[in-house]
Amino acid sequence: MSNGRTSNQALPLPAWGVRLESRKIAAETGPINKMPPPGELIVALKQNVGVPAEPIVQPGDRVLKGQPIATAPRWGLGVAVHAPTSGTVTALEERPIPGAGGGTGESVVIEPDSKEERYAGYVAQPNPLGLSPPQIRNDITEAGIVGLGGALFPTATKLNPGSGIQALILNGVECEPYISADNALLIERSDQVLLGAAVMLRALDCDECLVAVKADMAEARAAVQEAIDALGDDRISMVVVPAFYPAGGERQLIELITGKEVQAGGLPWDVGVVCQNVGTVAAVAKFFGAGEPLISRIVTVTGNGVGAPANVEVMIGTPIGDLVEFAGGYTDAAAGLVMGGPMMGFSLPHDQLPVTKATNCILVADQAELDPSVREMPCIRCGECARACPATLMPQQLLALARGPDYAALESQGLQDCIECGCCDYVCPSYIPLTSRFIEAKQGLWENHLVAQRSERALHRYEARGKRLERRERDRSNELQRQVDEIGAAGEIDAEALRQLKQRVKSKKPGDNT
Amino acid sequence: MVAGLLLLALLTGLLGLVLVVSARRIPADAITVVDRLDSVLPHTQCGRCGYSGCRPYAAAIAAGEADINQCPPGGDEVIVALSQLLGRPAKALDESFGLAGPPIVAVVDEDICIGCARCLDACPVDAILGAAKFSHTVIENECTGCELCIPACPVDCITVTENTSQLDARAAH
Repeated sequence: MSNGRTSNQALPLPAWGVRLESRKIAAETGPINKMPPPGELIVALKQNVGVPAEPIVQPGDRVLKGQPIATAPRWGLGVAVHAPTSGTVTALEERPIPGAGGGTGESVVIEPDSKEERYAGYVAQPNPLGLSPPQIRNDITEAGIVGLGGALFPTATKLNPGSGIQALILNGVECEPYISADNALLIERSDQVLLGAAVMLRALDCDECLVAVKADMAEARAAVQEAIDALGDDRISMVVVPAFYPAGGERQLIELITGKEVQAGGLPWDVGVVCQNVGTVAAVAKFFGAGEPLISRIVTVTGNGVGAPANVEVMIGTPIGDLVEFAGGYTDAAAGLVMGGPMMGFSLPHDQLPVTKATNCILVADQAELDPSVREMPCIRCGECARACPATLMPQQLLALARGPDYAALESQGLQDCIECGCCDYVCPSYIPLTSRFIEAKQGLWENHLVAQRSERALHRYEARGKRLERRERDRSNELQRQVDEIGAAGEIDAEALRQLKQRVKSKKPGDNT
Repeated sequence: MVAGLLLLALLTGLLGLVLVVSARRIPADAITVVDRLDSVLPHTQCGRCGYSGCRPYAAAIAAGEADINQCPPGGDEVIVALSQLLGRPAKALDESFGLAGPPIVAVVDEDICIGCARCLDACPVDAILGAAKFSHTVIENECTGCELCIPACPVDCITVTENTSQLDARAAH
């Protein structure tokens, strides 16, 4: 792990990944703007990996800012959801929710009043570092905190890996071009991030925290360094990673910093590391330091189709249309909406979808950003994609197998380990959209698995039933044999009497009671 | 020259002996053709192929008594898998055994069910839950959609619908 303290020297560049032109300038130069409550908030109940939260409010209820409106089920990685501001619940219904599936989700719709009246149930902790680790984890679940890098994995779960954690890595790398929300957060609120880090170190019972920032984020690096110096906690240091993509992927970042590879199907804590996005850490600090659960987040609104690109602190549930309006509105060039960055984001059908805890960027793209208007050509087997792949897969091979699709081979070639980063698309000289093919193939692989699982279970039950019927039959004949033996053992029945008895039983007609 | 020939002859003899002994001593691979054919069948145990279950059908294919295109629930995928295993050309499903379709599950209309328990015995995978004189129900996740419970019901309260549980599982993923 890192020897010595903070160094401003960037780590060496790995063999994989691609260098992308940064497009952050537009948004990152300004301060974080706070957006006032919109006319309507649509708060989805499922904003985490796992089961949705269970609503505890009814239409017509008045809610306060930060009040829980849905609680975490005790199983299935649930986390709570809160009212982003004070107002009235107008509906509890299915609403369209952004997500790769494009479906709807049960949501609490709130009409905000302008009072921003606070819920009194949560207060600032005077000494959060004095809490016990289980208490900290409980509070984090209660505060509705999930991974804000976009994965939405419940944060408390990641803080409960058992023992043996050597380092907590705070991921502030943000390698997607265009996105600068974490960058802005580090510039303005590094002290908050470090407070959250201290709480997390306590929960993990761990003594080393590395704040990872990217080499080209000069201002953020200075801010982090300043905050570390001011805090004087020598457990926390900064590590600078080179500016390339996807340096901010969890597994990639861990490999860069520790040199250890998280195995396929494994988790970071297998190599003694827990990785948290800096926004998530700041949300933890906000709950313990100010008693505010996760009800807002920083979103980068950028692209050539928006009037005034900016980082906006916005309430969860704000319709994306209102958010774009706040950031200067659409320009004439606006041609499409993307949630997330250009490499891993997905396009949105319209702007009446709400901001969720996963929304780190809204890219209002112009025609050029949206469609490079190049035609896909055949694969020439140049191998560029294999060089770029951060998961050390062979995309050209996977592409050929996905055409079949040969699921067994795709699986043995590691399709599940594809992190869908888009590096192969970027370097492909034939402009083949490899990543979208892989996403499709993953779906097929998943369905295939389900069918195989069902079939295996059916076979198991069928065989178990066969054995049961056999056993029943055996027991029955054993019992019959036992009875016969018993009669035989009595020994006193003479053969003629037995014959007569059998005769009588035979001649007996059904229903005859004599 | 002579020494070389003798050495080769000796080697051949020795290795031959080793092969003969090992062939007799080491049992053949326990996985039989029937096992491998059985493993690609869908295990709905519906009997539409004309045999009492998937395994008897696999045995019949192995014995050359049944063709590879008699499994409607397996559809084209199973036919292709069987043809690859046997090195035979694939062919279209023989529709006299039934039509391929989406996965289905049985549903008991609990208002009509009289609790006779006859469907319990008909189900090859124990997917129906119930007891005499109590309304029965189908465990959706375990039902293979074989339809064998339908003729067993004296009051015709069992119907089939498309199985959506797989889609739900995917959404949860």
